Amino acid sequence: MKVLVPIKRVIDYNVKVRVKADNSNVDLANVKMAINPFCEIAVEEAVRLKEAGIATEVIAVSIGNKSCQEQLRTALALGADRAIQIETDESLDSINVAKLLQKIVEEEQPQLVILGKQSIDSDNNQTGQMLAALTGMSQGTFASAVSIDGDKVNVTREVDSGLQTLALTLPAIVTTDLRLNEPRYASLPNIMKAKRKPLVVKAAADFGIDLTARTNLIKVTPPAERKAGIIVESIDELVEKLKNEAKVIS
Amino acid sequence: MSILVFAEHDNSELKADTLKTVAAAQAIGGDIHLLVAGHNCQAIAEAASKVNGVSKVLVADNAAYEHQLAENVSLLVTELAADYSHIMATALTTGKNFMPRVAALLDVTQISDIIAVESSDTFVRPIYAGNAIATVQSLDSKKVITVRSTGFDAVATDGNAEIIALDKVTDAGISSYVSEQLSVSERPELGAASVIISGGRGMQNGENFKLLDGIADKLGAAIGASRAAVDAGFVPNDMQVGQTGKIVAPDLYIAVGISGAIQHLAGMKDSKVIVAINKDAEAPIFQVADYGLVADLFDALPELESKL
Repeated sequence: MKVLVPIKRVIDYNVKVRVKADNSNVDLANVKMAINPFCEIAVEEAVRLKEAGIATEVIAVSIGNKSCQEQLRTALALGADRAIQIETDESLDSINVAKLLQKIVEEEQPQLVILGKQSIDSDNNQTGQMLAALTGMSQGTFASAVSIDGDKVNVTREVDSGLQTLALTLPAIVTTDLRLNEPRYASLPNIMKAKRKPLVVKAAADFGIDLTARTNLIKVTPPAERKAGIIVESIDELVEKLKNEAKVIS
Repeated sequence: MSILVFAEHDNSELKADTLKTVAAAQAIGGDIHLLVAGHNCQAIAEAASKVNGVSKVLVADNAAYEHQLAENVSLLVTELAADYSHIMATALTTGKNFMPRVAALLDVTQISDIIAVESSDTFVRPIYAGNAIATVQSLDSKKVITVRSTGFDAVATDGNAEIIALDKVTDAGISSYVSEQLSVSERPELGAASVIISGGRGMQNGENFKLLDGIADKLGAAIGASRAAVDAGFVPNDMQVGQTGKIVAPDLYIAVGISGAIQHLAGMKDSKVIVAINKDAEAPIFQVADYGLVADLFDALPELESKL
């Protein structure tokens, strides 16, 4: 079966983002970018399904300008077979991202689509679920285990109260949580090989979808600063401060 | 305007977060209805009818909703949506799971994780793990919104709303519940606790988390963990506090052996008072702590327990 893995180029997870002085957005100039960590876990899971003889082909897809080809090459180096870039310079709302991905699902007819549960930039946690709704597929979000069982996939999900396992009829959507797997490092030979794997570019405008913005970003501000704290010298001093200064224990 | 709020519950208890999501709905203003979708959930409907500011409680009580499967609940909510300008749920794992599906079925984008309401179409939400705060206007005709409960104060529960049973059942038939492994604890839930003590990689193993028990008992605290501690298998996933785990804002948060990665700070830096205990004086957690103690946690924890 074919597995489709949509991925996103985002700020590197180690970088602390800064807000622009005019409060129009965050400043991404000269900031290190990377594949979204949850998307990397999605690629790894798809590649493992291929190595287990379950998946026949792994296709990575990303939406963005030419720079997102870098992340598609990363996915190819991790083991994806081919890549699709949907080219646009716009920053699209999730519903429009999901509509573009729906078109790719219609073209490629994957049995499984694996996405990251959220991107660490916009923190929306919604594209996978939206794609599931648009394609009429079942969904297993926040997955920590995935196993294919005939025409079903069993997904164990990280939920507030613990773990929940669902059986989903294929085709299905899975979104990854942190514990699903630990992604491999791409080896140098695989990075070289990835450069020759097929990467097709399609213009977002050619899909015939109305991509009009659904949100208007009014401003972006830095979070409220916490006032500087103090270092206490002993447990006695800590307990005294919590009782008498902060008054949070009695 | 009329607002439909999804009641967060597990068929046995109405979660306190619902009271905060209703507060967010009140900040928007309008007629507020609560939807209780579950199975054998009459007790939840009764509790929901007492939530202040709610005029009607809609109850969809059917086996199809027992586990609140996204495919089934999203169809139910989408059918009800015609009567509402805003549809809201708490940004916990249930709401995060089905609400984007509702948004897509209604052809709108979702405004996720709001922490404040500016107007009926403009909301404030953290982005980049809380390192930036965005004010976003929704241009869609219907607003689909998830609410971060730490941003709002709970409404009272002395109301008296009308309870209306819904009899139409929406079962997509493409997903089914298999099993669950619930963490059972006598302690308060992380989202509801006024004191939280969390352990990180510095705890070294799961056994050492017992060092937190006595302190938690004395303070009536919930016990949390950093991602590093969960990844290392010290404790289960439902204890994780952080950008992609639980977002908490208790009166007192005690971080023990936690270095303070951006992703952890995102989940707890709105706590009123933060205490950090770490042997590394350079650990970033000290930058957000009101009170820092540079000490070996294996010395500090027993002493703290004895002095509380």
